Amino acid sequence: MIAIDIENVSRVYQKYSSRHRFMTFKSSILKGDIFKALKPEELVTALNGVSFKVKKGEAFGVIGENGSGKSTLLKLIAGITKPTSGNLKVNGKVSALIELGAGFHPEISGRENVYINGIMLGLSKKEINQKFDDIVKFAELEEFIDAPIKTYSSGMYMRLGFSVAINVNPDIFLIDEVLAVGDASFVPKCLDKIDDFRRRKKTILFVSHDLNNVEKICDKVIWLKEGKIQRMGQPKRVIDAYLQDIAEKKEKEFELSQQEIEQEETFDEERRENRWGKREIEIKKVRLKDINNKEKHVFSPNEGMVIEMDVISCSKIEDFAFGIGIFNSQGICCYGTNTHLENFEPISIEGKGKVICRIEKLNLINGNYYLDVATHKRDGYPYDYHQNLYSFMVSSVNNDIGISRTPHTWILSPQIQMEQKGK
Amino acid sequence: MTQMFKNLKSLLKYQALIQNLVSRELKARYRGSILGFLWSFFNPLLLMTVYTVVFGFIMKPRDPAFEGSPWLYALFLFCGLLPWTWFSSSSLESANVLMVQGNLIKKILFPSEILPIVVITTNLVHFIFGLPVLLIFVIVMGKSFTVYILFLPLVILVQLIFSLGFALLVSSLTVHFRDIKDILANLLTLWFFASPIIYPMTFGTVQNSKILRTLLNLNPMTHIMQGYQNCVFFGTLIHWKRLGVTMLVSIVLFFIGYYIFDRLRDSFPEEV
Repeated sequence: MIAIDIENVSRVYQKYSSRHRFMTFKSSILKGDIFKALKPEELVTALNGVSFKVKKGEAFGVIGENGSGKSTLLKLIAGITKPTSGNLKVNGKVSALIELGAGFHPEISGRENVYINGIMLGLSKKEINQKFDDIVKFAELEEFIDAPIKTYSSGMYMRLGFSVAINVNPDIFLIDEVLAVGDASFVPKCLDKIDDFRRRKKTILFVSHDLNNVEKICDKVIWLKEGKIQRMGQPKRVIDAYLQDIAEKKEKEFELSQQEIEQEETFDEERRENRWGKREIEIKKVRLKDINNKEKHVFSPNEGMVIEMDVISCSKIEDFAFGIGIFNSQGICCYGTNTHLENFEPISIEGKGKVICRIEKLNLINGNYYLDVATHKRDGYPYDYHQNLYSFMVSSVNNDIGISRTPHTWILSPQIQMEQKGK
Repeated sequence: MTQMFKNLKSLLKYQALIQNLVSRELKARYRGSILGFLWSFFNPLLLMTVYTVVFGFIMKPRDPAFEGSPWLYALFLFCGLLPWTWFSSSSLESANVLMVQGNLIKKILFPSEILPIVVITTNLVHFIFGLPVLLIFVIVMGKSFTVYILFLPLVILVQLIFSLGFALLVSSLTVHFRDIKDILANLLTLWFFASPIIYPMTFGTVQNSKILRTLLNLNPMTHIMQGYQNCVFFGTLIHWKRLGVTMLVSIVLFFIGYYIFDRLRDSFPEEV
């Protein structure tokens, strides 16, 4: 049985402009037809020809960047807004967790708010009476239920809202990024409850930026991009494709910002703040590449990186060294080295040349990094020092911490059973 | 059109919600104040005191109906002021209500006309709380009730339908044209003086000017106010014909208001 059937649905929003508003007021008075005057002129397409079906009992994940149309999709299914075109059929009672505790009145007690919120979500007074204790218990608010809502912390507020919404006992459950605000003990409880819904064969539509949860909960995932379905199917695959897309996007942004820096430099050759030395040996150009010699600025932690420097020396010099330093966004040096430290004895340099530092595996954690490159005498006297002039980014699904990712593996004895997700 | 009647019918299902929202509003309004619900009595009483001092004692009532007594005039004033307060505060609040409660419209699926309906009902409750004050005042003044007071509920019904129609119109249009809020505040002041509240219809100036009389008769509030005054103050029969026509006008206004509200309904979630 199909729970949600969406066929070629589009939703168009009106772009707000105050001039237009004034015009409509005037023309509606002059022409006497407010319905015509209110027809929007500038439009934004939030959803564009989306079609999919959700079977009863399926858990569907919806992912995508901000503004990709996820919330619009949920609002359409909840019936709060209507599609501009296309067909939308929903079979069963819907409960939408779009915003928790919407409609709570701050001045009156939690108890009274539970009743009003429950009725709004479609419960009868009798049903609320029956479920009241469960609702309060799940929200862990037994002591405070008779206090006015305005005295609640935001966590308490959210717990009560969630608790009412899940007790509506819907056939279709819409969840829009509401777990983001819960504390460490409440979120697992909510996830348990969602699991419970799955076991009872309820249909779930889950919108979240927490890709781990999406992968855990959902049978199928839709990836929305600019109002269209970019990809739909098995969670792991869709999420990977989505991450790939994000990485590519970051790469582009990086290139752009890098270009800007380069342009600035050509305009302002004498910008010396981050560069010093008399340039007896000059570093003309620095390129960041991956192992396959492709220029790149966003790396995964397991990737390698190649730093390529074009250098030029006008005269013959016999005392020199090349160095690099990698700094994180807090300015902490993650790694630094130079040829002198690694016991390269300089013999001579003259004319153009190329120095390559090849890092087999970055082993860094998530974040932005800055690169220093330099040529100098062995005693440290700088020929050409570039400080923080180059940057790159490490993007990883792991959230490990520290300065670098020390290579490691976990080994468990057979009594200890663990499973690694996503591998 | 058929969709409109379907929507109207489905409102019946939401009785419990309306009930709960009204009681929430009532509870919330006076929560934290020492006198609490008593304010529902004191507010009209204080308002009447101000008007009595100004128009009764300082300006002295000239109409023979009041026998030169400021107290009698105060009673007359109260007859109109109490229902007028109901009408004007419901209209003003309705103009704002869809924006104030915009969060609900955006996040929860329910018929949004419930919001202006709740505003009117809440103010109706305040009005009804004020009625005993009025009736006690009548007794204190040594006036006696006639059987015609039994028509009071009918007058209230006419005003209820009129207010609902007006509130639906104003609330849905204000979403698109915010200026209505300010226009309305001023319009209501004008409307107040253009209805026989601080003066009776029998007032000399009104009776002598044909234009004034016609204008006043075109104002539905005139007949509603006169209805109250006839029932309570004069103790005479209401004007059947005039009130009947007003009833019809109110019903028409209600359907116009509901039609426009219904047509604009889908635009609320993105506009409020």
